[in-house]
Amino acid sequence: MPPAPDPLRADGFAGVRLHVVTGKGGTGKTTVAAALAVALANEGLRVLLAEVEGRQGISQTFDVPPLPTTEVRVAGGAQGGEVVGLAVDAKTALLEYLQLFYKLGRAGGVLERFGAIDFATTIAPGVRDLLLIGRVYEASRRRHDAKHHRGSPPEELAYDAIVLDAPPTGRIPRFLSVGAEVAGLARMGPIHSQAGSITELLHSDATRVHVVTLLEEMPVQETVDAVAELRELGMPVGAVVINQAQAREDLDALGAFGGLDAPLNSDPTAAAKLSADLEAVGLDLPRATVEGLLDEVHRHTERVALEVEQLTVLEQLGQPLVTVPFLIDGIDLDAVTEIAALLAEQGMVP
Amino acid sequence: MARTPVLDIDAMLADRHTRIVVCCGSGGVGKTTTAAALALRAAEAGREVVVLTIDPARRLAQSLGLTELDNVPRPVSGLADDAVPGGRLDAMMLDMKRTFDEVVLAHSTREAAEQILANPFYQAVSSSFAGTQEYMAMEKLGQLRARADREGTWDLIVVDTPPSRSALDFLDAPKRLGSFLDGRFIRLIAAPAKMGGRAGLRLVNVGIGLVSKTLTTVLGGEMLRDVQTFVNALDTMFGGFRERADLTYALLKEGGTEFIVVAAPERDALREASYFVARLEQEGMPLAGVVVNRMQPSAAPGLTAARARAAAEQLAEADRPAAAAALSLHAEVSELAARHRNLVRRFTAGHPSIPVVEVASLAQDVHDADGLREVGRRLAGLP
Repeated sequence: MPPAPDPLRADGFAGVRLHVVTGKGGTGKTTVAAALAVALANEGLRVLLAEVEGRQGISQTFDVPPLPTTEVRVAGGAQGGEVVGLAVDAKTALLEYLQLFYKLGRAGGVLERFGAIDFATTIAPGVRDLLLIGRVYEASRRRHDAKHHRGSPPEELAYDAIVLDAPPTGRIPRFLSVGAEVAGLARMGPIHSQAGSITELLHSDATRVHVVTLLEEMPVQETVDAVAELRELGMPVGAVVINQAQAREDLDALGAFGGLDAPLNSDPTAAAKLSADLEAVGLDLPRATVEGLLDEVHRHTERVALEVEQLTVLEQLGQPLVTVPFLIDGIDLDAVTEIAALLAEQGMVP
Repeated sequence: MARTPVLDIDAMLADRHTRIVVCCGSGGVGKTTTAAALALRAAEAGREVVVLTIDPARRLAQSLGLTELDNVPRPVSGLADDAVPGGRLDAMMLDMKRTFDEVVLAHSTREAAEQILANPFYQAVSSSFAGTQEYMAMEKLGQLRARADREGTWDLIVVDTPPSRSALDFLDAPKRLGSFLDGRFIRLIAAPAKMGGRAGLRLVNVGIGLVSKTLTTVLGGEMLRDVQTFVNALDTMFGGFRERADLTYALLKEGGTEFIVVAAPERDALREASYFVARLEQEGMPLAGVVVNRMQPSAAPGLTAARARAAAEQLAEADRPAAAAALSLHAEVSELAARHRNLVRRFTAGHPSIPVVEVASLAQDVHDADGLREVGRRLAGLP
């Protein structure tokens, strides 16, 4: 009998076509979303990476010019895979939508002049979010354009997977439930049915919502809250991605200097041990420097203790956990590639 | 080269002319904690302070000794024993729906208010419209300021800003809502016949016909009726809706308001800070300076990363794993500290006249008033 699968390990999310990535501000959700798109592209998939907050995060992450409102290839993957970027703009999406469903070439312009487009995209509740998700929904269902992709049969879907760099955790339940909300406000008509289809996709097995967090109290608390809310809304939660984990591989060795009971820099035993070790390799450092080093050890141990505590909280969620270590050199394209490999290793892709 | 001026938080808080401090910046940079720490520090320096937070961080409420934060200012009791006498601190958290409800109740008859509060479109706008939070933050700030002027309750208001998709939303949303409510479209929705009659021009009438038809097609008749009821109610209720938005906006430009842009030593956060700085300048809003939180401190600056790394290798070979680990940790700490300093240096090179204060990251999260005090000390540039 094969061993029972580890519930805290991601299983590759086979069959998932829409990966929604959220997280508290400052946790690196844009980086993780970009890395997940790269990881999927490296499996040979055609991946759409969409952002909806007008921040041009994709262009910055992939170091390409600011994205227009159309879909643009931003990176290639292994085995013919690729990442196509899309900065969804609510206004463009609305005009496209009106054109597509109502053939409102002229009315579109009139609506714009009367401020109706502004009304819909900035003031009307939920419409903006609905347009943003609606645009992603449309891309998820689109078939290949035979003219552009001669090699592929026209009935094939344009994208194998979509990664949505979604709004932060504080806004995500509302963002994702906007379909249901708007369907309730517009009780019939085309908006109602469009909103209904979106809701259906978001609740289906083809969708997963991944939450990016740091191992700190506030982001972990927000993650726990967001997971609970998403479950209540019946949205399929995917992995919790722990970003910027700081625990070092040689952490155990640092324990030789002492525990967290007292500050290490004022511990004479610890100072004597470190000085002796340093002298053994001919390094004679001033007392203040030795104490400074111990201070850094203490700080790191303290930080790791905090991380362990927060990790326990996350483990209780029962969702797959994926860990990305803190990358000291900051985030550039190489870092995204590195994180993509880590995500793939930990079962984020099929 | 001229040195970057240092942001003198204590001088700003001590100056009785400072009546409003607005903390803004992108998400996750410690904005709310910064606002709370500034408020506590000001209160303990003898100011009468109210802090308006947006983020529902339970931890922060606890650190202020409150079981919860709600839409009403609550007194914080734990000021330090050695605080300057005369100071006080109240704290509250913005509840946008309740604030909106209060505005409705205050500006309409009971009957009209009940009708509005029950309108599904109103309920959606008041709890979910992406700009409502920004507008209500401004509204609450206006209310607090009016109360402070009227009752002499507070001489300093510290405001945290909503976690917008972009820091700039805070400035734009109220204007957007204000100009919308004043605009042509709302009149069209509210009373298409009236406007058509007044305008009289055939072209406009054709336009209106198209717009009305489109709205009915797209929204459906029922939703359009909800919208119309809501808009009509708003129209009678907020006679000076735009003036109020404008007044609060003007308040922010006045002497006595100081903006603090909060950032972290990361590319994106500093880029947002740059945008915000430029925008404040463009709007003529008073910028006190930039706080860069989460700076990596180095406790042993005398030892370079390169030397530490070389020594770590030797120590590993000499089978002294503890010291090897300590020095390899120091190498990374030093490199990170240097990277943070570089990022800040690049920012200040682009904005040489803007005062900056760097705040070293804490190993632990802030749990209590002592934690906030420690943040406050660091904000004031104290070691």
